[in-house]
Amino acid sequence: MKENVVIIGGGVAGLEAAKNLHRLGYQTFLVEKNKKLGGHVATWHKLFPDMASTKAIIKEMVEDIKDVTVFLDTQVKTIESAHGGYQIAFSNGVNVHAKAVLVASGFELFEAAKKEEYGYGIYDHVITNADLEAWMNGNKDKRIPASPKAIGFVHCVGSRDLKAGNSQCSKVCCMTAIKQAIEMKERFPNAEVYCFYMDLRLFGKKYEDFYINAQRDFGIHFVRGRVSEVSETIDGHLQVKAEDTLIGRPLKVQLDMLVLMAGMVANNQIKPIVEQAKLEIDSDGFLKSSDNITHIIESGRDGIFYAGACTGTKTVPETVAEARAAALAIHDYISGL
Amino acid sequence: MIYEGKQKIWSDYQKEIPDDHWYYVRSCIRQNFFPASERMFTEITQKVLGKDVYETPYHTTCGGIAYHCDTIPQETVMTIVARQFALMTEAGYENYCPSCITSFGNYAETLETWREFPELEAKIRENLWKACKREFNKPKYLAHSSDLIYHWREEIRKRAKHLLINQETGEPLRIVEHIGCHYSKMFPHKGVGGAEYPYVLAGMVESWGGQVIDYPERRHCCGYGFRQYHAKANRGYSLSNTHKKFESMEPYKPDAIITNCPGCPYFLDRWQYVIAEQTGKTYGENGYGIPVFTYEEIAGLVLGYDPWDLGLQLHQVAVEPLLKKMGVEYDPKAKYLGLNKEDIMRPEMPNSIKCC
Repeated sequence: MKENVVIIGGGVAGLEAAKNLHRLGYQTFLVEKNKKLGGHVATWHKLFPDMASTKAIIKEMVEDIKDVTVFLDTQVKTIESAHGGYQIAFSNGVNVHAKAVLVASGFELFEAAKKEEYGYGIYDHVITNADLEAWMNGNKDKRIPASPKAIGFVHCVGSRDLKAGNSQCSKVCCMTAIKQAIEMKERFPNAEVYCFYMDLRLFGKKYEDFYINAQRDFGIHFVRGRVSEVSETIDGHLQVKAEDTLIGRPLKVQLDMLVLMAGMVANNQIKPIVEQAKLEIDSDGFLKSSDNITHIIESGRDGIFYAGACTGTKTVPETVAEARAAALAIHDYISGL
Repeated sequence: MIYEGKQKIWSDYQKEIPDDHWYYVRSCIRQNFFPASERMFTEITQKVLGKDVYETPYHTTCGGIAYHCDTIPQETVMTIVARQFALMTEAGYENYCPSCITSFGNYAETLETWREFPELEAKIRENLWKACKREFNKPKYLAHSSDLIYHWREEIRKRAKHLLINQETGEPLRIVEHIGCHYSKMFPHKGVGGAEYPYVLAGMVESWGGQVIDYPERRHCCGYGFRQYHAKANRGYSLSNTHKKFESMEPYKPDAIITNCPGCPYFLDRWQYVIAEQTGKTYGENGYGIPVFTYEEIAGLVLGYDPWDLGLQLHQVAVEPLLKKMGVEYDPKAKYLGLNKEDIMRPEMPNSIKCC
């Protein structure tokens, strides 16, 4: 085996990078703070645009790293520059001297309760996109009615919202909302489904097709306007007020459940590592790359690289591509290329 | 409804409220609308609770009504506010307590604006000096008078003669709490409980034994909305706002409404008469309306004051149904006797809403 490389974060970025670094012959250590690998993606049900099973994807990715040293339920305690690399102490007592470090610490979901007007944690039938995916994965959730007749999706919850402290677009929420709206319509064909959006950012392959299908084949209502407030009626329904900016009128609709598309925000749990390793934070709170065009996987510090949503909001394909690129960049760095 | 979720938000929006030494300023209009409320505030705070609450006859309007009607420049409003602060400073106080919600919002907005733009504060200081040779310190604490009653709500509970409990059934009375828009919608952290689920009145209701009703149009404006009413052509809009609220709260069968704004109790009270005259519909029991109160009036009833000393005879909607539920004794014959016990005359009875 060649030099040691430490990967911080066992989501799709960490898994993909670990596979590639191991294949390139490096002694790879993958450290994950949770008890399972797969990160946020592992909690999802299906991924657009292929409606692929996340369970199958993560299973394959985990099998691909079976020979990699993985520390679960473990965090980086200290990281210090030493002997042309980094001396890293883990919370499980293990110490490793790594020639290079890949930060793949991902993102955190925006805390939907901060948008108080939507009533998450207050009203009985308000959930998040993550809650809905968990329910689709078989988790019971009493907030989701047995046979809802009207379902709403609120886009951009905590994204592109200066009041919430986040100017960034989370990239995946528009498409996730459309995917989830279609999935709910498939499960509850008689339900009316509404998507409240600011504007739809459907940039990826087949995304626009999903949007057209949602309207043409599933009759999902797209309302261009922000939800101003949510309240609960005496019989437990939700009253949602919004503005329909296309017809220039306020709108009030009664729903059985409301799904908040909580966006991606910077992972603050990485802050101690950022401080110890003297990394930079960008204006959006995510890790700052050397530049955002051709060196997004580089930290600006020798031997420390980035992959995935630690530097900003990313789709899964973007994250996987970055992880491969980061693995190759680490190989080039260690090889002195 | 997940009560624990609201409690979490309430804990996030608590403000520091000093326990004593307040400079109190009255509202322009409350003494006309609900004449005993402000007097009851000083009565409760000074005499019942023994607090140092100081007021001076030299204060003026804060300019808030004109400001929100778009008829006065903001710099003029700020100079008026600066003079109010100068009076507080001259009196030796540093905790400022307005009785009016719009004033509270106005003061909060002025202080925040000065914090963001110190050069504007310097200019206003210069304006004030040129106008009346006064100087001022900014208040150390700003609290609305309902914040103070909220702060002392348990002290009031300890002295309670009556509670917000139905004496016949033993059940908590069902109370709609209505917060003035300028209390926390502009600056959520300035209000107890924030903007979406304010706790300032809900806390009083809970402490005094009642049950707070949350209904779909809870956040909606009372109907006053300044230009909705002051521009005569808009008054239908004012009325339709109030109508929307009552239609929304009706299924919950509220026993009363508690408010903390000068305009809200007035419009929620008076427009019930107009709605009844126009549509024949009333929202209380047996042809009555839903009685509307200021928080000082409710505090006065809880403390056992005579309802007619609280000025409740000047309400449009009859208050007697709530008095009976609370077990408050009152003399119907004394309703229209003034403080000197002479007859102050009786209002003409409306056709469509039952009054006592």
